[in-house]
Amino acid sequence: MDWFNTIIRTFFDFKAMAEVFPQLLAVGLLNTLIISIAATILGVFLGMVIAVMGISPSRWLRVPARIYTDLFRGLPAILTILLIGQGFARLSQSVFGPSPYPLGIIALSLIASAYIGEIFRAGIQSVDKGQGEACRALGMSYAKSMALVVIPQGIRRVLPALVNQFIAIVKDSSLVYFLGLLVSERELFRVGQDAAVLSGNLSPLVMAGLFYLVITVPLTHLVNYFDNRFRTGRRRPAAPTSGLKEVKELDAASPLITGSNT
Amino acid sequence: MSLASNTSRSNTAPDIETFHGSSLELKNLTMAYGDIEVLRNVNLTVKPGTTTCIIGPSGSGKSTLLRGVNRLHEPKSGDVLLAGESALKVNPDILRARIGMVFQHFNLFPDHTALENVALALWSVKKMSKAEARERARRRLAEVGLAERADHRPRDLSGGQQQRVAIARALAMEPEVMLFDEATSALDPELVKGVLNLMAGLGRRGMTMLVVTHEMGFARKVADQVVFMDEGEVVEAGTPGDLFDNPKSERLQRFLSEVL
Repeated sequence: MDWFNTIIRTFFDFKAMAEVFPQLLAVGLLNTLIISIAATILGVFLGMVIAVMGISPSRWLRVPARIYTDLFRGLPAILTILLIGQGFARLSQSVFGPSPYPLGIIALSLIASAYIGEIFRAGIQSVDKGQGEACRALGMSYAKSMALVVIPQGIRRVLPALVNQFIAIVKDSSLVYFLGLLVSERELFRVGQDAAVLSGNLSPLVMAGLFYLVITVPLTHLVNYFDNRFRTGRRRPAAPTSGLKEVKELDAASPLITGSNT
Repeated sequence: MSLASNTSRSNTAPDIETFHGSSLELKNLTMAYGDIEVLRNVNLTVKPGTTTCIIGPSGSGKSTLLRGVNRLHEPKSGDVLLAGESALKVNPDILRARIGMVFQHFNLFPDHTALENVALALWSVKKMSKAEARERARRRLAEVGLAERADHRPRDLSGGQQQRVAIARALAMEPEVMLFDEATSALDPELVKGVLNLMAGLGRRGMTMLVVTHEMGFARKVADQVVFMDEGEVVEAGTPGDLFDNPKSERLQRFLSEVL
């Protein structure tokens, strides 16, 4: 049973886990959530802009959106984060101060916006063309028909995909540690790793992993719930009614309808 | 005004108002998808307050013609005159607010109630207050017999009811011309008559209507003018009597023998 003890000591050293727990909760979890949520909010706004540009009738909007998307989706996240985090460090220092934290959030949101833009674009384009046409036929401008009818329907359809994207952002937020965070700014991974160096085993990282799972697993199930609900939609519960009933209703309705000889 | 939600006949019946339809004229209208011309040199005059039915086999360009009138698809050449003025020279959004259109598949907004479907363009295009828009929407829904269904979403309505909401939505904008693109083709058979009667009623009240239809009975009884199209051209036009009882062209004879 030697190997068993080794595994326990390496991964499940409860003392080391208990020691790191308060830090993970107070510092790591907090920062991971702040980074992820901030990056998601920024990413959703940017992504919507990219999506609307991407389906624009004008090529001058479409092509830049395409290039942006290809660029940020095509590069490894770690590379983008390092390029932006170190490349703009001086600029960031004059705006946000010495912490690389805001730059990390911006880098993450740029990456996320490329994915979210594609999610929105797919959602908006999946809306039946007749919806836009009905709007235009009523005299609504392109912008109005998009804003009031088409985009809201598109967004509703991609809510599950957006939650998935949030899960991806939570996991990617661990990469921000490469930029060198202050002690109080460390997210889950960095807190776990620092503790692992001290404890001499991997248990604190396992504990950090559990924290990630506590965030991501419920969300995964939330996605499934969303997915089911939006696919089936809510209907008024009603017993099947005969079409003839409606005919009768119509006959009793208004002079606009009745009294014709067709 | 409290017209809504009363089942007795005298109360649901709104005052019958008359419409003031405008004239519509197509002059050498040619339309194309890319390089393919689907409509060639179509000439057509629709007098104010009259109903013109367009019949013809599939692929004859009937729907394309309607979409040229309100410029959902821009004509390649020729002209469309609405009330005597070129429709191609005005802002298309302003033009479309003057022309109502009803689609084969209704195209109601699924996440809006029947009332909101009708009210949406009233406040967003006509700039009415939301309360005013809802009030007018309610009246229009009552006119098409749907006062009690105002708060239902499209998926809780039958096809016939959905199409009547769509008609109410178009009428609420107070259009000068109404375009119907196979408005009853997607309906269950027992619901077709109700929608056709509603359309006939609009015609009697003075609306100018351009109706693409496969309902020959409707064309014969309601139309002031029937137009037979094939392969992007007007083959024959005249009164229902002319076309149905005395078709001149061989193509129309063949078409009628297939559909009647």
